[in-house]
Amino acid sequence: MSLDPSHTQTPHLGLFVSGLCKSYGPVQVLADASFEVRPGAVVALLGENGAGKSTVSNIIAGSTKPDAGSITWRGKPYSPASPADAIDAGVGMIHQELKLLPDLSVAENVYVGRLPMRGGRIDRAAMNARASAQLKRLGLDVSPERKVRTLRIAAQQQVEIAKALTLNAELLIFDEPTAALGSEETELLFQQIRKLKAEGMSFIYISHRLDEIAEIADRVVVMRDGRIVARHERADIPVRAIVEQMVGRSVERMFPPLSEPGSETLLEVENLSSPERSFQNVSFSVRTGEILGIAGLIGAGRTELVRAIAGADPISSGSVRVAGKPVHLNGPAAAIKAGVVLVPEDRKAQGVVLDQTIGENLAIGNFDHVAPNGWVFPKAVQRFAEAGIGRLGVKGRPNQAISKLSGGNQQKVIIAKWISRPPKVFILDEPTRGIDVGARAAIYDVIADLARSGMAVVVVSSDLEEVLGLSHRVLVLSRGRQRGILDRSEASNVAVMELATS
Amino acid sequence: MALSNGASELKAGPSAQAAAGAKLSALFAGTLGPLIGLVLLCLALSLTTDTFLTIRNILNVLDQVTVLGIMAIGMTLVILIGGIDLSVGSVLALAAMVMGFVAHPDHLDLGMPAGIVTALVVAGLCGLVSGLLVTVTKLPPFIATLAMMSVARGLANMITDGSQIIGFPDWFTSLSIIRHFGFLSVTVGLMIVLAIIFAVFLNYRATGRSLYAIGGSAEVARLSGIPVKSLTNWVYAICGVLAGLAGIVLAARLDSVQPSSGFGYELDTIAAVVIGGASLSGGVGSIGGTAIGVLIIGVLRNGLNLLGVSPFIQQVVIGVVIALAVATDTWRRRAQ
Repeated sequence: MSLDPSHTQTPHLGLFVSGLCKSYGPVQVLADASFEVRPGAVVALLGENGAGKSTVSNIIAGSTKPDAGSITWRGKPYSPASPADAIDAGVGMIHQELKLLPDLSVAENVYVGRLPMRGGRIDRAAMNARASAQLKRLGLDVSPERKVRTLRIAAQQQVEIAKALTLNAELLIFDEPTAALGSEETELLFQQIRKLKAEGMSFIYISHRLDEIAEIADRVVVMRDGRIVARHERADIPVRAIVEQMVGRSVERMFPPLSEPGSETLLEVENLSSPERSFQNVSFSVRTGEILGIAGLIGAGRTELVRAIAGADPISSGSVRVAGKPVHLNGPAAAIKAGVVLVPEDRKAQGVVLDQTIGENLAIGNFDHVAPNGWVFPKAVQRFAEAGIGRLGVKGRPNQAISKLSGGNQQKVIIAKWISRPPKVFILDEPTRGIDVGARAAIYDVIADLARSGMAVVVVSSDLEEVLGLSHRVLVLSRGRQRGILDRSEASNVAVMELATS
Repeated sequence: MALSNGASELKAGPSAQAAAGAKLSALFAGTLGPLIGLVLLCLALSLTTDTFLTIRNILNVLDQVTVLGIMAIGMTLVILIGGIDLSVGSVLALAAMVMGFVAHPDHLDLGMPAGIVTALVVAGLCGLVSGLLVTVTKLPPFIATLAMMSVARGLANMITDGSQIIGFPDWFTSLSIIRHFGFLSVTVGLMIVLAIIFAVFLNYRATGRSLYAIGGSAEVARLSGIPVKSLTNWVYAICGVLAGLAGIVLAARLDSVQPSSGFGYELDTIAAVVIGGASLSGGVGSIGGTAIGVLIIGVLRNGLNLLGVSPFIQQVVIGVVIALAVATDTWRRRAQ
């Protein structure tokens, strides 16, 4: 490990990143990031969700502009204004979500935007031949005329790599390339990376799978809270050591004291599996007044799991019982009736109707209370809304457009929507996503109050501090499997991350 | 305590007024622009023609918009939930032909009541099929109702192999002719009653409010426990029934039914709803706005006729009005 500035002293024609900073409003997502990538080297960029890895790679790939700092690439100053600029300079990025045109052929995808022309027409023969050559270089046996849609994810990723190669990329940034790959496909990818490395290409490799790092990377850069906290000159470092650096000591946050849970079991989930296998055989229970945190990396199946429990997505097997009674999970309405409510992950797309007022948003889903005879009178909506607004301290009036509220207040409206029923099981998926740090404490207080009032509460969060600070117990998911349930006393950053990356 | 009571009493006057205003504005939500347009249009026509501002002519306009008005009520519901129904013109023709076929002495001769009921059931089924294509088969509403538009038109033609059916009982045709109390024909009355019923439904019934939620965000509505699929099916079915009813009204006005009737009406209907301030992306719109949209189209056609403007130029003018109405609405939203 070295934080010695002398690490950039050796001159070479690779990439030098120095002092990059980036803020969005008051939130600094990247602070003074410096590292280097030598020609023919693979540098692993590691960190928790939100540590700043994506920001760094987006700056290098030209899709984000830094507030400060500079980059040198192949001996010259480098400040790409767009991804096209970066590509012209030989820097390509393979995104986690592949950016291909599924209904065009492999060759068309490789050459899109610069199709070889001859006599005013596309020279398909040349295009297919050249694409074929690149695919062979990657050891891929796929017809260049095949539609990309018909290829498996791994093969589609290879098409993206082939495209980058035809663009003469000399630095490739991989964002979670193996997230959707099986072990054999991962091995093939590694072989290709080694081959291209031998030809002098450089790589920045972002992954959550720490077990891969020793195998593929030459150097390791660890980020936390927008800063680079460690640089390793070798990659065979114990996973535990990396995890400790990733989670580090972080600023103490204001979490409310948790009350002692009751003894009665309210929510029992048994062997629950999803049809798409996004989660499998998950079993847990939550008592009255207890907060269960669900932790895991992006794509571990957390959101899918809680959506299924709330009836929003179908299940393939397993059962859910609320207060001992089985819930027939055939839609959100049935779950709500059984006392299970969900504050969904994507506030704007799933939580609020942005065109409507606060009052209308509170009334949705509560017409049985607001309008017992089916008649919705504005006064009843007003009264209902004022009660909800008052109870959670929303800063707004019932007839105000909800789109004018801050994220934190919108989230309170969504919680207030359900609170009057009252529910037995309250599930919150990423309750503080996109909410400023100051407003988060208020949401934490609300969540602790829900538990104190006797509900069983389930909190999903990508923010590990949040899960640890709010939960009596923490369930850890990794790739759809339940890796363990940790008690508050044994749930530390390191323990959770070890399970989550297993 | 006493002070705050005093303050709230002081506020009571204006806030009561505001509440009454809020009620009115809820009924005509987002329709101020179209309303001003309609008033200006009427003013201009009153000044440029002698005949526009006569009771007789205004009653004419109301008669002329009944078919469009009844269809536009159903279309408002569909557009509110973020859908579209291109089949209403064809369903109108099919319903009219079914009624003629069942009721007319030259065909089944089962009497007008049987004919009307069968027509409405067939029209409702057409709408329900469109709804199921959207909710179960997951077709985009545009495609589902485009298919229904073709199917219903074909069926309408098949009933009599393309020929019309002429001549209905006097009591039936008089529904659209005799003006009770000196001004109100049964068909116009029907349109007004339906408009009021659906305005109240959309504003004050839980199910009506749910339609706004579905149009605003179907996923939010679903996660809130609103039965999105079954309400969607109902909305398309009701839109079908109202298109069928419009077909019956048209039959009464013309004393005949023909399979080619209602051709292109779907576009007039959509235009009326959109001019009335509804958003094609759903969640925004009202019966009050639609009524204004229907009247704008009706008054415009009537006025241009009175001015002796050729029907071809009328089409151009109506096109310009649609573009203007929606453009001003978009500008206004962006300005907010």
